[in-house]
Amino acid sequence: MSEKKQQVTRRQFLNYTLTGLGGFMAAGMLAPMVRMAIDPVLQESGAGDMANVGLAVEDITNEPQRVDWTITQVDGWYESEVTKSAWVFVNENDEIQAFSPICTHLGCVVSWEGSEEYPDQFFCPCHNGRYYKDGTNVPGTPPTAPLSVYEHSVENGMLYLGQPIPRGEA
Amino acid sequence: MLQKIYDWIDERVDVTPIWRDIADHEVPEHVNPAHHFSAFVYCFGGLTFFVVVIQILSGMFLTMYYVPDIENAWRSVYYLQTEVAHGQIVRGMHHWGASVVVVMLLLHTCRVFFTGSYKKPRELNWMVGVLLFFVILGLGFTGYLLPWDNKAYFATQVGLEIAQQVPFIGDALRTLLAGDPTIVGAQTLARFFAIHVFFLPAALFALLGIHFILIRKQGISGPL
Ligand code: HEM
Ligand code: FES
Repeated sequence: MSEKKQQVTRRQFLNYTLTGLGGFMAAGMLAPMVRMAIDPVLQESGAGDMANVGLAVEDITNEPQRVDWTITQVDGWYESEVTKSAWVFVNENDEIQAFSPICTHLGCVVSWEGSEEYPDQFFCPCHNGRYYKDGTNVPGTPPTAPLSVYEHSVENGMLYLGQPIPRGEA
Repeated sequence: MLQKIYDWIDERVDVTPIWRDIADHEVPEHVNPAHHFSAFVYCFGGLTFFVVVIQILSGMFLTMYYVPDIENAWRSVYYLQTEVAHGQIVRGMHHWGASVVVVMLLLHTCRVFFTGSYKKPRELNWMVGVLLFFVILGLGFTGYLLPWDNKAYFATQVGLEIAQQVPFIGDALRTLLAGDPTIVGAQTLARFFAIHVFFLPAALFALLGIHFILIRKQGISGPL
């Protein structure tokens, strides 16, 4: 052994090597398990197919109407039919509007003119949340954001709806 | 950083003597492969435990996708095997590990037998070991049904017939295991799942605890 000051003692060296080896083995064991567990977070969200909601464009009026349609939902190993809903109308600029009925407060279902006291508004019965006709939340009521808007397209005169897209806080 | 956290806790709770008592003791020369290479046979107990840890961890993660229901069990296994990233690896670890556990266990048992370590005062730990052996066989038997494929179904059919051969209580035993006197079905799968994932692991932990406490108290047996 030389006189030179030792940078790493024998004991430290063995400690580091064994910790490293143990860590490597533990990581090799846990990595696949953790990757499997977090898989749902890393899945590409399947770009939603547009679904024919069974409403002809010529039947869309200025008055929001509720449309319900079913899609086949693939949930892991389980496939089922689920019903989706939207409030559909044409606005002053002749644009088709399709709003998600899910309240942006805590997720109840809103209805157009759901309260006698507030005509011309969407109303949520859970905590009296309200939205104007263009979907923006009425200030001073519980919701903090406008109703989400469905992506839509028109084919052969029929309305197709895709995923509801949230609008930012207003 | 880690050292500081450790010191902070140690200063208040004085944990050092606790883990020293559990972990800090000398490995006798006759069980250290660095001295006599043939001493590697003393590793089989630890290796068995290592594979058991793999089984427990991989099993816990499999339970995130697996459903114990005859309509969905096979489909959920198929899904985790084909669609989930690394699902195939984790299922593979559990599937092959189930056999490796038994192999390691037998090698460990052989070591204990041929070194005569089961003799006084260690008879009790041999008995605990025998119980551990049955618990692990039970885990293999109940786990085998869970994928709910043909192999699983018919293997369990046979296993239940074997249980039925037990004198006097055979029929009751089969019904108790399968949840029905004749059917291997919905109730069987639910039961086997509960036994595989809750009851036997609980027994396994208890027995392993006793096994290790006894080893710590009695020390490893002396050289031949
Ligand atoms: C020594 C311990 C264990 C052994 C020997 C064992 C054995 C087995 C076997 C043989 C299978 C069938 C695998 C196949 O054929 O692919 C299986 C499946 C399964 N085990 Fe275990 N197991 C053990 C511990 C555990 C624990 C602790 C859990 C959960 C906490 C667990 C959860 C599962 C699940 C969810 C399945 C069904 C998924 C599949 O079949 O791949 N296992 N086990
Ligand atoms: S959930 Fe709609 S107002 Fe609270």
